[in-house]
This record gives sequence, structure tokens and C-alpha cells, in this order.
Amino acid sequence: MTPVLGEIWVYLSATPLLGLTLTLLAYQAALWLYRRANHHPLLNPVMLAVIMLVLVLSVTDTSYETYFDGAQFVHFLLGPATVALAIPLYAQWGRLRSMLVPLLATLVAGSLTAALSAVGIAALLGASRESMMSLAPKSVTTPIAMGVAERLGGLPSLTAVLVICTGILGAICARYVYRMLRIDDHAVRGFAIGIASHGIGTARAFQVSEQAGAFAALGMGLNGLLTAASLPWVLPWLERLTG
Amino acid sequence: MIGALTLLLVFQLVGEVLVRALDLPIPGPVVGMGLLFVTLIVRRGPGEQLRGTANGVLQHLSLLFVPAGTGVMLHFQRLADEWLPLSVALVFSTLLSIAVAALLLQRLTHRTHGRGESR
Repeated sequence: MTPVLGEIWVYLSATPLLGLTLTLLAYQAALWLYRRANHHPLLNPVMLAVIMLVLVLSVTDTSYETYFDGAQFVHFLLGPATVALAIPLYAQWGRLRSMLVPLLATLVAGSLTAALSAVGIAALLGASRESMMSLAPKSVTTPIAMGVAERLGGLPSLTAVLVICTGILGAICARYVYRMLRIDDHAVRGFAIGIASHGIGTARAFQVSEQAGAFAALGMGLNGLLTAASLPWVLPWLERLTG
Repeated sequence: MIGALTLLLVFQLVGEVLVRALDLPIPGPVVGMGLLFVTLIVRRGPGEQLRGTANGVLQHLSLLFVPAGTGVMLHFQRLADEWLPLSVALVFSTLLSIAVAALLLQRLTHRTHGRGESR
């Protein structure tokens, strides 16, 4: 690098501007690719943007902390966006009220399946206890999952990554599962993806229809509540049971 | 738009305060969502402005997960060590939970119309 470029780099890497702009640029590029490929689920925009960012940060030898100084402004918006989910939820209030009992039964079954199957498979394949406890809350939204992992003795920052992977996987695979099982109802499709893959699944559901999105938001919110309330005592109990 | 954004932040703030005051195990924004939902039921729906802003924010919900996702770079070592159990657990458990939830809800809600029939 020439001295001038070096100076510019020193300036840029010290301001939040770079991390913020990079995040938006990577997302724009990812969206462009996703649209060019006709919204093919394998080209999930979150996944593409993350891959691009990790490459850029590795090549320029920038630490995640430096990057996050800028990216935190985007990360912060997760809060108000979560609150905003109340609006599509309200739009489905009529339908929602009419299927309250089936929704709650599905919630309990889906929530337990998501957590216990993950921990069970990881245990069978010899994962460490720390990894298993980080994996358990993978299906709920990042802030809840990190809190639950901490209570269980997992690593919250690892949980954040596993949560995002789960979201991307759900967003990519759900349509194939639904096609195979012949599930057409957008309310059912949305609720299931919301339970299994939280906000990223919900984002994907909103691209399909507003109804799918609203039910996904409901599944995500309810599973967040249930997981936060149940996992911290279900898992220790299971651990004692299996020795 | 600023008015609607302020409203969302106020609900989040109230949620965060409640969570700390009552020592709840749930994040503040989720409580804020619940409070706004109840408010909308009482007031019979959101205004035009709030609806527009919410749709704008939610359209790009994916973007908001990018910074946390990039945190994957902090865990390359562990992921390299335990990639097999972690990836198999993630894939199977995610597919299984989507399938279980979808099939169960489909059965419970479509009994009267006959199973497998589209609406």
C-alpha cells in the first residue's frame, strides 16, 4: 500500500462507517444475486452476505470487534423490528383466534422437537457438553437463545452462530419439506417455519405471503417465550435422567 | 415515519424496563411486541403510518441478521473440531421440527375438510 492509501485505511478502520457500509453493500450484492437467481432458496441473502463479509474481513485482516463497531447500528434495529411484528400479527388476529388450541399444541410439540432432537443427535455423535448446550436453543430468536444458552452453561456467541445457521437452513429447506408433505396452507407453513427457524424463517415467510409471515412471527414469538421458560429446567432434568 | 419509529422504540423501551423490573427471562423487544399487539387489539388496528413503517422494516428483516451471522468468524476453530455433530444435528433437527409442526397443525386444523386437501 502507498503511504496515502495506508493513511486512508487507518482512518477508515477506526470509524464505524466502514463496518456499516460494508454490511449494507454485502446485503445489496446478496439481494441482487438472489433476485437474479429468481429467489432460489439456496442463495439465501443472509448466507451470501455473511460469506462475503467474512471473506472481506479475513482478506483485510480486520477483527470482528472492529467490524461490529459499525455493524451494531444494523444489529440494533432487530429490537424495533421485533416490536413491529405485532402489526402483521394483528392483521391475522381473526384467523389466529379461531385456531388457538391447535396452535398451542403444535407450539409445544415443535418447540420440544427442535431442542431435544438437536441435543440428542449431537450427543450421539460425540459433541462436547458446551456445544450441546449452545445448540439447544438454536430454533429461537438470537437474543433469547443467547440468554438461554448462558443459563444452560453453553457459549452465547457460539449460540448466535448456530441460531443463524438454523434460520438459514430452515429458510432454504422448508419449501422442499412442505412440497413433500403436501402442506399448502400458508398459515400452517408460516407457523412451522417460525417455530423451527425464528426470524430468518419469518423473513423468508414474508417473501411468500403476508399471512405466512404473520403466522411465522407468531410461531417465533411463542417459541421464544416457551423455550426461555422451559429449557432451563427440562435439560438439566434430562441430564440427570440419562446420567 | 419518524413518528412510527418513535412508537416502536417506546414499546421496546417499555419492554426492556419491564423485563428488568420484573426479572423476566424473555428479551425486552418480545415483551414490547406483546404490548403493541394488545394495544392494537384495544385500538382496533394500526394507523396508516405505523403499518407502512412496519412493512418497510420487516421487508428487510434478513439484513438485520447479517452482523450477528458474521460472528461465525470467531468460532472457526470449534466448528472445525466439531463440524460433524453440529452440522448433522442442525440439519436433521431443523427439518424434523418443521415437519412435525407442519403435519400436526395441518391435522389439527384441517380435520373437517379431509386431510391433504388444499384450501
